[in-house]
Amino acid sequence: MAECHPVGFQWVMEAKARGAKVIHVDPRFTRTSALADVHVPLRAGSDIAFLGGIVNYVLQHDRYFRDYVVAYTNGPVVLREDFRDTEDLDGVFSGLDPDTRSYDNSSWQYAGTEIQAASGQRDQEYGKRTGGGSSVSDAARGEAHGAGGADVGEGEPERDETLTHPRCVFQVLKRHYARYTPEMVERICGVPQDLFRQVCELVTENSGRDRTTAFAYSVGWTQHTVGVQYIRTACVLQSLLGNIGRPGGGILALRGHASIQGSTDIPTLFNLLPGYIPMPHAHQKQDLDTFVRADAARKGYWGNMRSYLVSLLKAYWGDAATAENDFCFDYLPRLTGSHSTYETVMAQLEGTCKGYFLMGENPAVGSANAKMQRLGMANLDWLVVRDFSLIESATWWQDGPEIETGEMRTEDIGTEVFFLPAAAHTEKDGTFTNTQRLLQWHHQAVEPPGEARSDLWFTYHLGRIVRQKLAASTDPMDRPVLDLAWDYPTKGELAEPDAEAVLAEINGHDAEGNPLASYEQLSDDGSTACGCWIYCGVYADGVNQAARRKPGEQQNWVANEWGWAWPANRRILYNRASADPDGKPWSERKALVWWDAERGEWSGHDIADFKKDKAPDYRPPEDATGPEALSGTDPFIMQGDGKAWLYVPSGLTDGPLPTHYEPQDSPFPNLLYGRQRNPVRQLLPPHPDNRYQPSGDEPGSEVFPYVATTYRLTEHHTAGGMSRWQPYLAELQPEFFCEVSPGLAAERGLEHTGWATIVSARAVIEARVLVTDRVPALTVHGRTLHQVGLPYHWGPNGYTTGDAANELLHMSLDPNTHIQESKAFAVDIRPGRRPRGPAAVELVRAYRARAGIDDRTGTEL
Amino acid sequence: MGVRTWIDSWPVYRQLKGTDPLGRGAAAKSGPSARLTPRVASADRVVKSICPYCAVGCGQNVYVQDERVTQIEGDPDSPVSRGRLCPKGSASLQLTTGSAREHHVLYRRPHGTAWERLDLDTAMDMIADRVIEARRAGWQWEVDETRTRRTLGIASLGGATLDNEENYLIKKLFTALGAVQIENQARV
Repeated sequence: MAECHPVGFQWVMEAKARGAKVIHVDPRFTRTSALADVHVPLRAGSDIAFLGGIVNYVLQHDRYFRDYVVAYTNGPVVLREDFRDTEDLDGVFSGLDPDTRSYDNSSWQYAGTEIQAASGQRDQEYGKRTGGGSSVSDAARGEAHGAGGADVGEGEPERDETLTHPRCVFQVLKRHYARYTPEMVERICGVPQDLFRQVCELVTENSGRDRTTAFAYSVGWTQHTVGVQYIRTACVLQSLLGNIGRPGGGILALRGHASIQGSTDIPTLFNLLPGYIPMPHAHQKQDLDTFVRADAARKGYWGNMRSYLVSLLKAYWGDAATAENDFCFDYLPRLTGSHSTYETVMAQLEGTCKGYFLMGENPAVGSANAKMQRLGMANLDWLVVRDFSLIESATWWQDGPEIETGEMRTEDIGTEVFFLPAAAHTEKDGTFTNTQRLLQWHHQAVEPPGEARSDLWFTYHLGRIVRQKLAASTDPMDRPVLDLAWDYPTKGELAEPDAEAVLAEINGHDAEGNPLASYEQLSDDGSTACGCWIYCGVYADGVNQAARRKPGEQQNWVANEWGWAWPANRRILYNRASADPDGKPWSERKALVWWDAERGEWSGHDIADFKKDKAPDYRPPEDATGPEALSGTDPFIMQGDGKAWLYVPSGLTDGPLPTHYEPQDSPFPNLLYGRQRNPVRQLLPPHPDNRYQPSGDEPGSEVFPYVATTYRLTEHHTAGGMSRWQPYLAELQPEFFCEVSPGLAAERGLEHTGWATIVSARAVIEARVLVTDRVPALTVHGRTLHQVGLPYHWGPNGYTTGDAANELLHMSLDPNTHIQESKAFAVDIRPGRRPRGPAAVELVRAYRARAGIDDRTGTEL
Repeated sequence: MGVRTWIDSWPVYRQLKGTDPLGRGAAAKSGPSARLTPRVASADRVVKSICPYCAVGCGQNVYVQDERVTQIEGDPDSPVSRGRLCPKGSASLQLTTGSAREHHVLYRRPHGTAWERLDLDTAMDMIADRVIEARRAGWQWEVDETRTRRTLGIASLGGATLDNEENYLIKKLFTALGAVQIENQARV
């Protein structure tokens, strides 16, 4: 955090100054470790074993927050009799279909009910809930970004508030994690038992009524074939300890781009519509009502999904969207399985995808297996790149690595390339959504230079020109484009669209055009329009709330008059849980919101993430639906049962409880189960340039004996498009390097400041060598393990250049999010520079032959 | 110059008489350096902004003079950042005004070996034609006899440093065009 979010880290230091203990768990010693009380180096790719070990410690030593667990989690809920855990099936859950490599989750349900996830894999239950209607896709995979929860089906789940029923979630959890002992943590993660116990003590001592512990993470948790389950393990732990919805608690995603949170909320993602409404999958005879019935939850705020969706369709298609035509629901294109960026590459190679827009993104450096990205682009008809400078994704046809090796010739490449210069943040109005869901408006300072334009300008005018060209069309495929509400006011000589008008559309308005103040006002009859329901309120009263800038010093510590946070300007999610079931703070020290009985409303330092006048003693009538179906003691209002989930009956494709599997490419066998890898991880169709490696005890795994991981540096930004061209930053971090321990340097003859060649089954790269104690050797499975650290910012273009670490990576993905496993893989390292020209390709081929790699390697269930 | 001023201009005198006995501050300051002013002092206006790099969302003050950005500094009012910027945020003046930025549209024709110049309006028109054509070529009313009403002909990737308003228009337009392969850094 001190490296990649340095200014945010000042608050960690403030906490430390007030007595907080800071623990840093990372394979590397960084600026964060230097300022932490404890640094815990561990093997990259072993965090579920580590966190599972803490869960086991909490359960074995009765260190959980019992009142919180009983009242606010699904710990007391009893599971169906036919559920089988990994304990029973040696590393898999009941419902695994080996042929489709997927789980049927029906046996994971609560006894007597059926659950529908409202984020995550919502399509799982489609057939059951709509009474038939076949899906064309058996790969309708889920999405676990975001805001949602799940619905409890018909019937009340059976509960045991003594937490002793052998099939209650709490007891299942206890059995599941019993094998995650300190001894096991030591052998798998390379963390000595004393150090591990110290972490357990620090975390549990600092949790409970009077104290809270926070977990902050970044893509070191996300980018794995079990990435979602990494974060789920933290959810289990924090829910057991009562650390969610309370000040100083939480699981905080430190996101790495100015508006990456915003681009998830208002997604440019294939499977989501704004506000985490799922994109519809293709089904027979699917209309708006069938879709809502199948995908909306019945209880909680997702029970109002129809209002959110109809209001979105009104924002998209305006007057053309009417009750008679199902509000143009049919205009939405349908998914058939995954269409993620990695499948898009495969579609480019197949020739189905012919045109590609890159807007502020550099996949030729920044995506896993960068070569596959370039091969895909070389097979396009046309490519549009919008960026500040000539990034690698714009120039690969001229000077990319494949030109150098002779695998491609510029003259043979048919791709037509347009480079359009982009405007900077100082040259346009708009909002960024930061990592804590805070929308902040940045004002335009000057006009963009030359032909540089904002992406708002580009998208608006592209749509305008396309609509002009199609204006006379009578083809029904063109109706959605021609009916689109696309009249934005423009200003100035450049005809820049008014960003505030777009923000107002996102916020939404009523039938008279008055701005809405809250998503509670959204209606499903077409009388409201709203571009993103969770952002409703950002333009309340016609005022740009995101542009509010009351100085922090003139506010309380919550500072909720600076910018605007979704939802409803609440700064801490689920903060009803900061008070006990009666509505009183668990302790005065940790008070945040509370029930004011005199005024009959929730009051506090923050805005309550709860219906303002819903009393703690409110109990819903039996036939209630939507938000009304949640009681006054259900803080997790997006969940169908209002509870935090220790166990996930629906919404995840790879199991209801986090389980340790080895990374796709790993030098070690799985010590905990007979199953090496996540059995339902997503592998791409075989391709000669995306081979996987043998792992663990498989022959050939010794060819790649070292664990490697990628990371960022303070002085650079992701794939370098915004940092490698800046001389100030280039001077601070002038060259690509790898970090190795003195032991590894001795073992492989690597010299400090000399060169190293790093090889995987995909590629060979070179880097300057930094011999340092910052990446210490660990004892894993009883032997010494060396890890190789690789900052991934570099590529061949720009002011500071170097090979791209992402060349080494394979495409194997988390089955929930389709995110690649970049944070733990296996390599070989040797001294000296890499071969040039065709010899580089030959070296990789020789490694593959030596390891016995073919198209089946690493694809086992 | 009066005697008093003359004596005051003598550093040793200031060192002995003033508040800087070690001669490391005010006593050692020369006339020219005392008259120096920061470039922000002469700015025509200060525009409130947000750092474009990571997701902490530090406040920035953008100083503008003669319609050019002359300096970018941390905004002390921000309860998020309290005026601080990291090395990247501090380099955002170079990011936005540096010579590495391209100011013109560039075009590489199929099988071409070099960039060519193209004016923006022509480029927009050509891109619109290609969108229409690729969309049609990849159009699928149905897949396995189930309605899909979509195209696999065009795809998009980016931008987690784009504004919400920009991402909103991208998703809206491409969805109306029937494109589903609309992706973002948030996936990566």
